[in-house]
Amino acid sequence: MTAAVLPFVTLAFVAGLFLSAYRLLRGPSAPDRILALDTLYVNALALLVLLGIVLDTKLYFEAALVIALLGFVGTVALARFVLRGDIIEPR
Amino acid sequence: MSTGIADLPLWADALVASLLVAAAGFAFVGSLGLAKLSDFFSRLHGPTKAATLGVGGMLLASMIHFGVRDGAVSLHEVLIAVFVFLTAPVSGHLLAKAALHLAGRSLEGDAAASPAKDDYAN
Repeated sequence: MTAAVLPFVTLAFVAGLFLSAYRLLRGPSAPDRILALDTLYVNALALLVLLGIVLDTKLYFEAALVIALLGFVGTVALARFVLRGDIIEPR
Repeated sequence: MSTGIADLPLWADALVASLLVAAAGFAFVGSLGLAKLSDFFSRLHGPTKAATLGVGGMLLASMIHFGVRDGAVSLHEVLIAVFVFLTAPVSGHLLAKAALHLAGRSLEGDAAASPAKDDYAN
């Protein structure tokens, strides 16, 4: 049954990737692009977990965890740069 | 299609399949909202909720899949789920603050890149 829904699930996530890439390229403001990157990495993480289910291996959880960590750090750094003009402020 | 999907009992297979479909639906709707809604603050609310629900459903499906396959509780997914659920509101809050900051600056004449239309700018 999982194999039957697999094409639909993959297609939905890939469509999500393309929609956020569209917003990343078009987005009128900087926060729009940062939000698009955020959605992009969340969707990529979910696709990686799906790949783990399909290939029946736990190998990909560490990769998904690294994507989650680096994506969050990247989002925070970019948002801080927009907000303050600097990521780590000099004293 | 020759995938390596393990042979699970029917109930687990059905549960995994429906969780996967729900997760895919949520993630797609979230990204659709990101692409289609009209101003930044509406766009912000789509992905921060729907995409985390999508990841949550996907991780729950993965937990059931590996838990039933190995006959033991699979805890790798909890780590990712806790992390994503903790960080999604934080990054959403920071992005909203950044957008408000840019909107405030555009009120003072620097209207080059205002993310918000005039409803939010005052």
